[in-house]
Amino acid sequence: MELRATPTVRKAPFKPSTALAWLVLIVTSCISLWPMYWLFVTALTPTTYTLKTPPDVVPLHASLSNFERLLTRAPDYWSWGFNSFLISIAITLFHLLFDTMAGYAFAKRQFPGRNILFWIIVATLMVPAYVTLVPMYIVTRELDLLNSLWAVILPGFANVFGIFLMRQYIQTLPSELLDAARIDGCNELQVFWHVILPLCKPAIGALAIFTFVRHWNDFLWPLIVLSDTASFTLPVGVNSLQSEFSTDYGIIFAGAALAALPMIVFFLIFQRYFLEGVRMGALKG
Amino acid sequence: MSNIALEKENLKRPSGVRGKIARFFKAYGWSYFFVLPSFTVFTVFILIPVLWALVISFQNYDFAWDGTWAGFSNYVRAFTTENGVFLRAIEHTLFYTIITVTANVLIALALASLIQGRSKHWKTFFLAAYYLPAVTSVVIIAITWRWIYNSEYGLLNYLLGLVHLPAVRWLSDPNLVLGSITLSTVLTVPATGVVLFNAAMGSIPTEFYEAARIDGAGPFRRWWHITLPLIKPTTLYLVVLYTIASFEVFEKVFVMIPAGVGDSAQVIVTQIYENGFQQFRYGLASAQAFVLFLMIAAVAVVQFRVFKTDVEY
Repeated sequence: MELRATPTVRKAPFKPSTALAWLVLIVTSCISLWPMYWLFVTALTPTTYTLKTPPDVVPLHASLSNFERLLTRAPDYWSWGFNSFLISIAITLFHLLFDTMAGYAFAKRQFPGRNILFWIIVATLMVPAYVTLVPMYIVTRELDLLNSLWAVILPGFANVFGIFLMRQYIQTLPSELLDAARIDGCNELQVFWHVILPLCKPAIGALAIFTFVRHWNDFLWPLIVLSDTASFTLPVGVNSLQSEFSTDYGIIFAGAALAALPMIVFFLIFQRYFLEGVRMGALKG
Repeated sequence: MSNIALEKENLKRPSGVRGKIARFFKAYGWSYFFVLPSFTVFTVFILIPVLWALVISFQNYDFAWDGTWAGFSNYVRAFTTENGVFLRAIEHTLFYTIITVTANVLIALALASLIQGRSKHWKTFFLAAYYLPAVTSVVIIAITWRWIYNSEYGLLNYLLGLVHLPAVRWLSDPNLVLGSITLSTVLTVPATGVVLFNAAMGSIPTEFYEAARIDGAGPFRRWWHITLPLIKPTTLYLVVLYTIASFEVFEKVFVMIPAGVGDSAQVIVTQIYENGFQQFRYGLASAQAFVLFLMIAAVAVVQFRVFKTDVEY
C-alpha cells in the first residue's frame, strides 16, 4: 500500500485496482455527505415543493422563505442558539483550566494519594452517563435549578476524559523545563501559567474543540432538565420543531440546518485540529 | 522538585504537630491546589451521584421517596415489568450493536486501507468528507434520516420507485423499524475508525513493505500479513469504542420514532428514559442503568485483558 506512493509505481498508466479504490472512496464520500446535502436542500426548498414526488434533488426552487417563517413562527430560536453558545463556552473554558491543572499535578508532581485519586478517576471513565441521570435530576430539582442554564452547565463539568488527556500529554513534556523555570525564580503558579499552559497548546486546542462540539450537540440531559421553550438548547429546540410543525419540513429543516451550520463552518476552518484531536484523544484513551 | 523542598524542611525540623502540618503543606500544598478544583467537581457530579444511584436502585422510589429498602426487587422488576419489555430492549440493543460494530469496523478498515495510496491532499479531503457529519448533532442527522425514510415523500422510497419496487414503511412497520435505524448507522461512515486506522497504518515502517515486496509478496498479501497484524490494537480499541457507543444508543431512536412503534424499537436507554423521566420510577430506572453499566463493564474487562501489555496508565 505504502509503496504505491513511490514515483516508479505512480508512473504506471492505468490499474483497474487503483480505479476501483478511487471509485469506492468517492462513492463513500458521497454517501457520507449526502444527509448533510439533503439537510440543506430541504431547508432551502419551500415546503410546497418538498411534499411532492419526484423530489427536487437539486434546490430548483431555492429560497430563504423557510428561514423567515422559522424565525417568525418559532421566535425562541435565537434564545436556543444563545443558550447553546453560553452553555458550551462556559463548560469549555472551565474544562480547559481545571483539566490542565489536574493533568499537570497527576503527570509531574509527587504527592500522597496521587495514584489512588487518579485510579478513582480512571475507574469512572467507563461508567455510562445514564447511571447518574436519576440522582442528578433529583439534585437539580431540589436545588430548584430546573429550566435554568445552570442545570446544564454544572453537570457539564463532570467529565474526566479531559484530565486523562491532559495528563497523557503533559507526561511527554520534559521535566527539565519546569526545573529550569523554578531555578529562574518562577513560583508554582508562574510555572503553570508560563511554562505548562503554552506547551500544552495542541492538547488544549483538541480538548477545547471536542468539549465545545460535544456540548453544542448534547441532547439527553438538556431534554430532561429544560422544559420551558425559552430555556431550550438548539438540539432540544430543533427536536421540538418536529412535534410542533409535524409535516412542515421546510421549517423543521431550516431550524436543523441553522443549528448545524456553525459546527460545519467551525469544522471546515479547524479541520486539521479536529482530525489531529481524534487521533490524540484516542491513542491513549 | 517538591522532594527537594521537603528535604530542606527536614533539616530545619520544626517540632510538634503544627510543624508537621506546615511542612506537609509546604511540600504538597501546590499539588493539592492543582488537583482540588477537578476533584471537587468530580466528587460532587460523578462519584456521589454514581454511589447514590446504586443506593436508589435498591430502594422503593416511585415518584416519591419513602426511604424503604427494596432489596433486589427493582432488578427483578426491571426484567419482568410490562411483559419483559426490557429483555426485548436488550435483545434489540444487542442486534443493533452486533451489526453496527461489525459494519463500522470493516468499513473503516476498508476505507483506511484504500486511502493509503492517495496523495496527502486527497487523504485529507476524504477524511474530512467522512468526518463532517460527525460534528453535527445526532438529533439533526436523525431528523434528516427520518425524512429520507418518509414513506410518502421520502427519498429512499422514490429511489425504490425508480426501479419499480413497492414503497416501504421504513419507520412505521414494526418488523422493519429496528432494521431501518440500524441501516442508517451502517450508512454513516465510521469517521473515527477511518481516522484511527489511517494513523495506525501510517505509522507502520515502510521497510516492512519494502522487504515483503522484495520477497515477492503482492499488495494483498502485504496488507494481510503486515498491515492487519500491526493495526490489531487499533482494531480492538475500535471494537470496544463502537460497542459501548451502540449499547448506549438513544438519541437516534428517540428522534426518529418519537412515538415509538410499539416495543419494536425499544432499546436499553429508551427504557431507562421512559421509566425514569416519564413514569418517574426512579428505583427501576436506576436498576436498569446499572444493568447497562454491568454490560459495559464486561466489555471493558475484555478490553483491559486484551490491552494489558499495551496500555499504560
